[in-house]
Amino acid sequence: MSLYEWLLFLHVLAAFSLVAGLTAYGVLVLGGDAARRALAPPAMALWNVGGLGVLVLGIWLALEVDSYELWDGWIIAAFVLWLVASGAGGRLARMLREGGPDKARVQLAVMSLATLALLIDMVFKPGA
Amino acid sequence: MYAIVRPDGWNFPLLVHVAGAMLLVGALVVAVVVTASALRRGDDAPVLTRLAFRGLLLGVIPGYVVMRGGAEWIASEESVGDPAWVGIGYTTADGGLLLILIATGLAWRAARRSAGGASGSARAVMALSALLIVAYGVAIWAMTSKPA
Repeated sequence: MSLYEWLLFLHVLAAFSLVAGLTAYGVLVLGGDAARRALAPPAMALWNVGGLGVLVLGIWLALEVDSYELWDGWIIAAFVLWLVASGAGGRLARMLREGGPDKARVQLAVMSLATLALLIDMVFKPGA
Repeated sequence: MYAIVRPDGWNFPLLVHVAGAMLLVGALVVAVVVTASALRRGDDAPVLTRLAFRGLLLGVIPGYVVMRGGAEWIASEESVGDPAWVGIGYTTADGGLLLILIATGLAWRAARRSAGGASGSARAVMALSALLIVAYGVAIWAMTSKPA
């Protein structure tokens, strides 16, 4: 396997981890206390590892591939969407730690929409 | 290094395929985690085994349908032929469906019997779901590296 293939594989694997974390967050926010006790630590781990992985490996891919530049519009859009999703994820984790999940559904919705928009951006690569 | 650029017409079927696969794997991860927790936490076992069943029924199976439908759609658009990576994809998808259906049936059985604690069925659900995650990891490798 070439370096590009390894980076793409690990980048996509990280994206799957991110979405697995999002799915786990969705179940624990919409589920009861038992779901929260079971899913909170793995949801946070999957979301954080996936989020860090897609960012680092995505930047590495952009540097590795000659036809991509870090200042391409679709890559800048991805950075913004990543920041929005990560910010909402951080707020959601804090709400769950402090036991005040009143606005957790709002944060979950922001995370879901930003992640979906990231996926659309990665597949369509507008302007690439 | 140059990346392969797809024709624009292939993007939407690919989005459907990948989004379905992500839902499928995400729901499988949830099924593994809640089943493992059900085996550890006696008090929560009835709730968690029901949650595993619902995750398989309402997350994994719909995710599979979307992923598989997207795969057929993009394969018809691309005329990919029959390279090894396509074969790996079909093998894991079609073999995986059988395991998903068995796991869902066992999860239903475990949910019905969970009042007395998590059962052997719950262990089997956890093992099958974990096996499916590994198989889909191989499929992700095949889809991204496209071995000839």
